[in-house]
Amino acid sequence: MGRLIRPILLILSLAVGSLLVPQRAAAAPEDLAAGLALIAKDSFNDTIAGIDAIARSGAAHSAALVEALQDRRLLIDTANKKVFYRDAAGAVRDAQSNEIVAAPPADLSAVRLNNRVRGVANAALGTLSLMNPDPARRIQAAQAVMKSRDPAALPVLDAALAAEKMPNVKAELQLAWAAVTFSKADVPLEKRLQAVAYLQEAGTRDAVSILRSLPADAAAPLREAANKAVSSIEQRLALWGYLQNIWYGISLGSVLLIAAIGLAITFGVMGVINMAHGEMVMLGAYTTFVVQEIIRSNAPGLFDYSLALAIPLAFLVAGGIGVAIERGVIRHLYGRPLETLLATWGISLILQQAVRTAFGPTNREVGTPQFMSGAMEIGGLVITWNRLYIVIFAGLIFVGLLLALRYTPLGLHMRAVTQNRRMASSMGIRTGRVDALTFGLGSGIAGLAGVALSQIDNVSPNLGQSYIIDSFLVVVFGGVGNLWGTLIGALSIGMANKLLEPYAGAVLGKIILLVAIIVFIQKRPRGLFALKGRAVET
Amino acid sequence: MITRALLADDRTGRWFLAIVLGLAVIVPILHLAVPETSAFHISTATLALLGKYLCFALLALSLDLVWGYCGILSLGHGAFFALGGYAMGMYLMRQIGSRGVYANPILPDFMVFLNWKELPWYWYGFENAWFAFLMVMAVPGLLAFVFGWFAFRSRVTGVYLSIITQALTYALMLAFFRNDMGFGGNNGLTDFKDILGFPVQANATRAALFAASALALALGYLVARAIVASRLGKVLVSIRDAESRTRFLGYRVEHYKTFIFTVSAIMAGIAGALYVPQVGIINPSEFLPANSIEVVIWVAVGGRGTLAGAALGAVLVNFAKTTFTTGFLAPYWLFALGALFVVVTIWLPKGILGKFNDLWERWRPSPAEKSAPKPEPMPQLAE
Repeated sequence: MGRLIRPILLILSLAVGSLLVPQRAAAAPEDLAAGLALIAKDSFNDTIAGIDAIARSGAAHSAALVEALQDRRLLIDTANKKVFYRDAAGAVRDAQSNEIVAAPPADLSAVRLNNRVRGVANAALGTLSLMNPDPARRIQAAQAVMKSRDPAALPVLDAALAAEKMPNVKAELQLAWAAVTFSKADVPLEKRLQAVAYLQEAGTRDAVSILRSLPADAAAPLREAANKAVSSIEQRLALWGYLQNIWYGISLGSVLLIAAIGLAITFGVMGVINMAHGEMVMLGAYTTFVVQEIIRSNAPGLFDYSLALAIPLAFLVAGGIGVAIERGVIRHLYGRPLETLLATWGISLILQQAVRTAFGPTNREVGTPQFMSGAMEIGGLVITWNRLYIVIFAGLIFVGLLLALRYTPLGLHMRAVTQNRRMASSMGIRTGRVDALTFGLGSGIAGLAGVALSQIDNVSPNLGQSYIIDSFLVVVFGGVGNLWGTLIGALSIGMANKLLEPYAGAVLGKIILLVAIIVFIQKRPRGLFALKGRAVET
Repeated sequence: MITRALLADDRTGRWFLAIVLGLAVIVPILHLAVPETSAFHISTATLALLGKYLCFALLALSLDLVWGYCGILSLGHGAFFALGGYAMGMYLMRQIGSRGVYANPILPDFMVFLNWKELPWYWYGFENAWFAFLMVMAVPGLLAFVFGWFAFRSRVTGVYLSIITQALTYALMLAFFRNDMGFGGNNGLTDFKDILGFPVQANATRAALFAASALALALGYLVARAIVASRLGKVLVSIRDAESRTRFLGYRVEHYKTFIFTVSAIMAGIAGALYVPQVGIINPSEFLPANSIEVVIWVAVGGRGTLAGAALGAVLVNFAKTTFTTGFLAPYWLFALGALFVVVTIWLPKGILGKFNDLWERWRPSPAEKSAPKPEPMPQLAE
């Protein structure tokens, strides 16, 4: 009996309530009073019945009452069997009349809750909020209904759907309606098929789990439709998952690119093995940290611009140290690449320890500016802003470097010295200066990489070490002396890594990749895009 | 006989062997026979430390063989060392038997802990000491042979080779860190009890292990010396100094390189195997690329292409490391090590022993020296 009456009453109350808001309070005052009386008894079963009664009373403050119940703000005056609640502002109101009580009774106790009560309250609140004037709340309510799939909400949903104007809210309501309708056995078949269509269109994992929940004795056409919908959704989800992996691959590839491209300059153009390259990246990250610390303590309002400030500074710091290293050490070791490797390894140890001494061995926190936090969704694809910015940043650095090598005097000199050092020197190019500047440029770019990596990785003295092997592999894989090779190398290694991960796991995927690169080097000992001709043998 | 022939014109080698063999006798005696109250007594900790140095010296010797004489800068020799160590560790694990925490007679503790039901196939045979000792040499040797065969045949040289050897040890490190590999994952292999029936922790066993390390070092030196003094050794040096020219003269460069790389890896494996029972643990951090690079600096400090110098460098650098890292100087160790890398490569390209030999020759050009092979000239790495 109650099962039938309740929806009817709900429709009635809502139909009236939604048309004429002021009259809502008067819709079914007896329900409100009955509900409150039940709650005043403070037994779980009565509370549940009370919540239902309040929900169908249509009183304007019924949502506030259920919310108060959830937050343990619904209070009982046990002596007089009267119910009060404390509103969000802290004032005590009479639950029946919704008026502020100036002098509340002394011994008010909160209504007791258990999980069953909470569940019913949640569902009731979901239903009640479906008509909330705030669209965000309506969406929330629709999602709550979709989760609970409470059949009692169906009439309210119908009413809410009819009244809804905003398309995005309407979509959510429709989905909730589909979820409830699909699960309800006594709804006509065509409506349930319609629900399947809606769910299929939504195409989320929730929709799959709803479609899967169909009991085995459901009508054959419905079961068939549901199965079809599930497979279609799963196909779509797999496609999105695949796209997501590709995005992860691009993202990792751009990180590798950003870490390796400075190395491509020093290693590729100059033939210098700079094992301290990773430490230049680390210095860039620490520069970002220092800039942010200064901004935090002096001008917190400028925090969003901290990266814009850190970028040139990191370039200068890392580049300056790079020039110093080149003039101090590497200059003496030209033509002895293996010795250069050892000496720069020594420098990397010194730099690491210096940073450890200055900043401590633990991770330092680098903040993310407002505009770079959060994520956006395209279909089933989630793209975090910081990753997107890093991809863009990597692309800018790459293009900038290409242009610099091609169109600036320094780029011209660099290429000249690379091709024929003695001839360039005879033409009046100061090769020593070009070497120093080239090394500085490579190191400075490593510093820029540090700014980017500080956004996604731990800023610790070991930051550089974790990238150095990968960076070398990228450069060697792509081919020395060719920036395009580095780009392709970084992207393909990043992509291969992320596409292997779902099948092999992160560590095994990495191992497979390393072995694959080792094997690849056997096939093409000088990388994808090898320099040809005499330059190779020198 | 052969030894005498080998050492006839190797003054440094005679000194080196005399010192190493002397240590093999004297140190165990000082440890076992001299009472603890005496100033000459060597404590257990010192003995273990000295044993460790000797293993490192053998590792450095093996690297010097490929780097100093053939110009192959391997940044992955730590991997061969660790593989030898793991083979030994597996033998020692099987010797624990039912004395482990879970008292499983077959499975090592970590496998019981991971709920493994039976021994993986690659653990078969390791309860047998001879099989394990064979594997100590076979596993690193085979890996080096296969790796070297492919790399040298495709003429991967110089820096490229260094980087892929580094990638090799890195990949192995990641692999051994995984629990499903069946090598104890993160924790590695430890809690050893017996070796060849003797308790690992006993003083006499430790002394014997030390003597064995010294003997292995001496033997390793003789083998290396025999190789570099032979005609084959001359070809190796010529490959180091002018690879293309050697190839054009008709030598199969890749065969020589693969041979020396494999021999060197086997020596490194033996060093690792002797290292493990003395320190009592082997874990994947031995595969760290940084460790392998550190071996290179031992060789560079002592003197590249001098064999004895490499061993000397290993002992000196590790002695410095112990001194630095156990005192108030600890935070400065990396500064010192880093500076060492820079200083040695720029100002001491021949290392300590090379410098010493140079000075010796300048001041005392004795007739005996004339017939001796000159200290190998430092390569102007032809690439």
